[in-house]
Order: sequence, then structure tokens, then C-alpha cells
Amino acid sequence: MSAKSLTQSQTRAHARAPARTPSQLLAYIAVIFLGFSILAVAGHAQSPSLHGAAHDTRHATGFPCH
Amino acid sequence: MLARLVMSGIFAGALAGCVGGILQLYFVQPLLLSAELYESGQIVHFGKSGSTANIAPGIVWGGFNTTRDTLSILFSIAIYCGYGLLLVAAQGLAQGIAPTTTSATIRRGAIWGLAGFFAFHFAPSIGLAPELPGNASAALETRQIWWFATALATALALWLCAFGGRSWHSALGIALILASHIIGAPHSHNFHGTAPPELAALFATRSLGVGCIAWLILGTTSHYFYHRLA
Repeated sequence: MSAKSLTQSQTRAHARAPARTPSQLLAYIAVIFLGFSILAVAGHAQSPSLHGAAHDTRHATGFPCH
Repeated sequence: MLARLVMSGIFAGALAGCVGGILQLYFVQPLLLSAELYESGQIVHFGKSGSTANIAPGIVWGGFNTTRDTLSILFSIAIYCGYGLLLVAAQGLAQGIAPTTTSATIRRGAIWGLAGFFAFHFAPSIGLAPELPGNASAALETRQIWWFATALATALALWLCAFGGRSWHSALGIALILASHIIGAPHSHNFHGTAPPELAALFATRSLGVGCIAWLILGTTSHYFYHRLA
């Protein structure tokens, strides 16, 4: 697809973008919050037992571990 | 809609985390175990004669450490479930900006996965390379703050480049990607890592390789589930 037609399709897409209801926005916020919470607990929290259990995966996934 | 987002994120995360965890055990774990021998002082590589190369070619299945390795796979699943939730939320929000009329494609899912890999694994690794146990590093809290800031800034930057629609959005995105690297990651003032650099280099590369594959699986499957459960 050329850059011009891509821009045109994006413009059309903007025109037909559906409005978001407050409950939909809340659902997105909840999912993003849940995602970051899991990342914080599994990947970054420093409780000794969590750190011990997640140690190898934290190193292998590139998280700061120690 | 909440159930659709959560289910697609969790399903995709479980799949990607499972494959990523198994690849991690085979390719990354032997290096990590070797590094721990250097960290604990059982092997020392500094000295005129160096040390004997001590890398297992791959995990020996007879040597599977049930508790430790199962926990590694479970935490890999947990981490990719977290990433999966973020990725489906981003896809849902993007659908509101640029709705796709066609159904899910592997190509589009792979692009989502690569974008996630770039934001959450590759970009932070430019400043803070995946670290072996025993590596020299700055204070943990400052590294964690830099890691999160870089991942978020890079994700926002990619979003601006993909969906901004105006050229200044892309320019702002590129500036955001560069900003955290110009500020720079916190590093130790001294190098005193215990593991040989050969091991550390292999570890960083394999960590990125395994992460890339897991993110590709996460992108394609989350994209598929998100559209399939519509």
C-alpha cells in the first residue's frame, strides 16, 4: 500500500472512529492496571520469596533483579 | 468487553509464556547456572590462565530441577500474561482510532508483538543489558525506575508514530525513544562482575532472542483471540 493511500485510509478511519463510552474506557483502564500490577509483582517486587521464585525468569526477561 | 480483553490477554500470555519459558530453560538457564558458579566462587575466571569454558550446550532433561524450573515457567507465564493484557488493551484502543475492517492476520499480530518486544525488552536492554547473576550494577530502585520509564516512553512513542497521523507526532515519538537513552541508564561506577564477558554476551543475546520469539507468539495469538472473541 502506498503512503498516500495509507494516509487516505487512516483519514477515513478517523472519520468512522466509534465513540467510546465511559464503561468501555473503564474496562481499558482496568485491563491496563491489571497488566501493570502483574508485571510489578511477578517482575519487580522485592519480597524475598517472590524474588527467589521469579529469579531466573527475571534475569532471562531482562528485568533488573538484584 | 472486559471479559474479552482479559481472556484474550491471559490465553495469549499463557501460550507465549509457556513457549518462552521452555526456550529459556534450554538456551538461557545453562548460562545462568554457570554464572552462579562464578558468583559463588566455585569457579574463578580472573587470572593469567583464564578458566575452563563451562557452558552446558543446553539443559540436560535428566537434570531438570522440578521446583526451580517449574517456577521459572510459571513466572514466565505470569509475566507474559501481564504483557498480554497490555497488548490487547492497546489493540482495543487502536481499534477505536483506526478500525480494521478485515479479520485478524498473522502479519498484523506479528507487528503488535514486535512493537511490544521493542518497547518492553529491546529498548530497556539498550541501557540495561540483560544481566547475569554477579554482574556489576547500580542501585536496584534506580534501575527499575529507568526500566519502567523507558518501556512506557517507548510504547507511547511507537503509538504516536503508528496512530498519531501527523508528522510532528512521529517526530515527538522518535524524540521520546531517544530521550531515555540520552538521559542514560544508571550504571555502576566500577566493573566487578564475576562471570566471564563471553558468558554475559551470550546471555544477553539469547535473552533477547527468546524474548523476541515469545513476543511474536504473544502478538499473533493475542491479536487472533481478540478478534476471535469479538
